[in-house]
Amino acid sequence: MRNIEANVISDTVRRLCMEANYHLGDDVLEALNKFEAVEESPLGKNILKQIIQNAEIAHSEEVAMCQDTGFAVAFVELGQEVHITGGGLNDAINDGIHRGYADGYLRKSIVEDPLRRKNTGDNTPGVIHLEMVPGDKIKVIIAPKGGGSENMSEVKMMKPADGVEGLKAFVIDRVRRSGGNPCPPVIVGVGVGGTFEKCAYLAKKALLRRIGSTHPDPFYAEMEKELLVKINNLGIGPQGLGGRTMALAVHIAEHPCHIASFPVAVNLNCHAARHKEAVI
Amino acid sequence: MTEETKRITTPFSDEIVESLIAGDRVFITGEVYTARDAAHKRLVELLDKGEKLPFDPHGQVIYFVGPAPAKPGKPIGSAGPTTSYRMNPYAPRMIEAGLKGMIGKGEMGSEVVEAMKKHKAVYMVAIGGAAALIARSIKKSEIIAYEDLGAEAIRKLYVEDFPAIVAQDYRGENMYIKGVQTYKRE
Ligand code: SF4
Repeated sequence: MRNIEANVISDTVRRLCMEANYHLGDDVLEALNKFEAVEESPLGKNILKQIIQNAEIAHSEEVAMCQDTGFAVAFVELGQEVHITGGGLNDAINDGIHRGYADGYLRKSIVEDPLRRKNTGDNTPGVIHLEMVPGDKIKVIIAPKGGGSENMSEVKMMKPADGVEGLKAFVIDRVRRSGGNPCPPVIVGVGVGGTFEKCAYLAKKALLRRIGSTHPDPFYAEMEKELLVKINNLGIGPQGLGGRTMALAVHIAEHPCHIASFPVAVNLNCHAARHKEAVI
Repeated sequence: MTEETKRITTPFSDEIVESLIAGDRVFITGEVYTARDAAHKRLVELLDKGEKLPFDPHGQVIYFVGPAPAKPGKPIGSAGPTTSYRMNPYAPRMIEAGLKGMIGKGEMGSEVVEAMKKHKAVYMVAIGGAAALIARSIKKSEIIAYEDLGAEAIRKLYVEDFPAIVAQDYRGENMYIKGVQTYKRE
């Protein structure tokens, strides 16, 4: 057993909330530059340039790249040989979110009840996904998720007979219907299989994958490539105003599923694709 | 659509609205007001009751934004646009009351376009997510109503060369259709 103090976890979460909102990942920047170079629409090209410039300002001035600093989503991989002392894990994470959003001048965007809609005032609680893993460490990923792109996401319980073509049609249609709302260029996370909630989780987790990385299964790697081309062929372009850059990447995550089911989830992330991680 | 960026100032006259064409890039200078859904709901409730709004909407421009908190020494935190379709139920009423311009992101609904055509108003977009860049053009910010709404309070901003793009103009021209048609491939 290894003891880890709850306040070490909380301090880490505090720092990650700020870092994620200030510093865009180098993989996202690289992809933005790559697409900017070949964007055919002059307006689209100008928009991509401004998005890149924005990321540079946020990075150098340490300010939020987007005013919607998101729902703080925490992915925690907890080593089974870890013993947390001095407080609970959930409380530690929420305390870190509370302090990170206050100290980092980040916007508080959470209401305590979806119908009565009173702001909690400190961006807590976060959404916490916990997985137990072997070992004596804790890995924490903080992924602030904006509302605009989250609202364009969807889960669909398809029929097994819908197959590959059905899946592709659903993903493309979901992106087409979202237009400029999710602040394109976007990253498209697709969860396939599992159960209703599992595939949504997979879609979200797929957004964390490094842009430019290849799916380990050639079957899905090919599908990701094809979907990216087809999505960009929609012509929606940067901010939905027309162009060749609607998506920077398509990431699929799959899971075994029931003989009767074919759940598919699409989770869109905007170009402010934020996630930072630490291992304690 | 012109390559050059047009410089315009608020408040907007009919002539300014008429000069703007979907696809134009503009730099806006002058006062603009901020409001998101929660503030719009209250504004329209006042209009329903025939009461005065916290600001006179004639010729004015509303920016759909809920900014991040300002760091010390800055007038405002990061301040990019929020999604405009959530304002579809309210925008026609505001346009009837004299509003001439809106700034947001994403397409606005047909009910808003009808009101824009009838009363001459324009819908512009700022780049969603370019919030730190946009904040540089905001020189002053002052809460004028609904402080209890936090980030969603109504602010009066003074902006200089605020970068925006005309997305839907008063003639019904729509970049979300025009732009996409130009660049789509089978
Ligand atoms: S969708 Fe993303 S980039 Fe757009 S406003 Fe929301 S968080 Fe910002």
